[in-house]
Amino acid sequence: MAAGQELQVQEKRELQKKEESTVPARTFVPTTDIYESDQALTLVMEMPGVDKSNIDVGVENDVLTVAGRVDFSKYEKLQPVYTEYMIGHYRRSFSLSPSRIDQDEIRAETKDGVLTLTLPKAEQAKPRKITVG
Amino acid sequence: MDTTLADPFDTLFRLQRELEARRDSDWLEDTTSGMGAFPPINVFQTGHDFVAIVELPGVNKADLELQAKENTIRISGKRSIDYGDKVSAHRRERVAGTFDRLITVPVEIDPDRIKAKFCDGVLTLFIPRAESDKPRAIKIN
Repeated sequence: MAAGQELQVQEKRELQKKEESTVPARTFVPTTDIYESDQALTLVMEMPGVDKSNIDVGVENDVLTVAGRVDFSKYEKLQPVYTEYMIGHYRRSFSLSPSRIDQDEIRAETKDGVLTLTLPKAEQAKPRKITVG
Repeated sequence: MDTTLADPFDTLFRLQRELEARRDSDWLEDTTSGMGAFPPINVFQTGHDFVAIVELPGVNKADLELQAKENTIRISGKRSIDYGDKVSAHRRERVAGTFDRLITVPVEIDPDRIKAKFCDGVLTLFIPRAESDKPRAIKIN
């Protein structure tokens, strides 16, 4: 977490899917940090250019899927001259342990193109102090 | 541009193909250490003017600095990541750090009229071409 080092370019990773897409456009995997506290599991995902209203977060069969759509209508009048990075929608899935996460209490918020998903732990998954008699 | 296909799904694909085609262009001179410098920049043209779009997710506007002089633009700042002490990391892909990139645009621009917008982690720079650099129509007698 040192703020002193110089940032390097991270090329966008393309999504590898088991199923083929019906849409030809390329989809990318958002850069993600996952960390855990006593209360919750938190996912922090970078999706620049994705507005809050274009983010879909869903849980189905214990799989958490996050999809972010980029509004590329602003590119309509623009002609590319020089490019260093790709643009595309984002998608990433994670399997959740059903007994550990309270799936009804998942909270999401975005700031500066970064989505923070807080997955509160189910009561039985929280650490308990065990007193030694 | 091919306008025979009106399928909205295809416009993103076409945009991606056009972006890919300009990857090896040397239109932009990089005065810092080569093409790997952060942040990556896409430059577009609209009429005579240019638009540079830069992805800086997780960077606070307050930590971002822009400077323009003649036909160079400097983008510098830092990204801070702090999750607190009481956590254990399962996956770390995001990177925190500083950046400082100086780019040279190969046309004459008007640095006083550059406009910048920062929204959802994307910095958009509207770079107007200098009046003196615009082509003039020549009347034929």
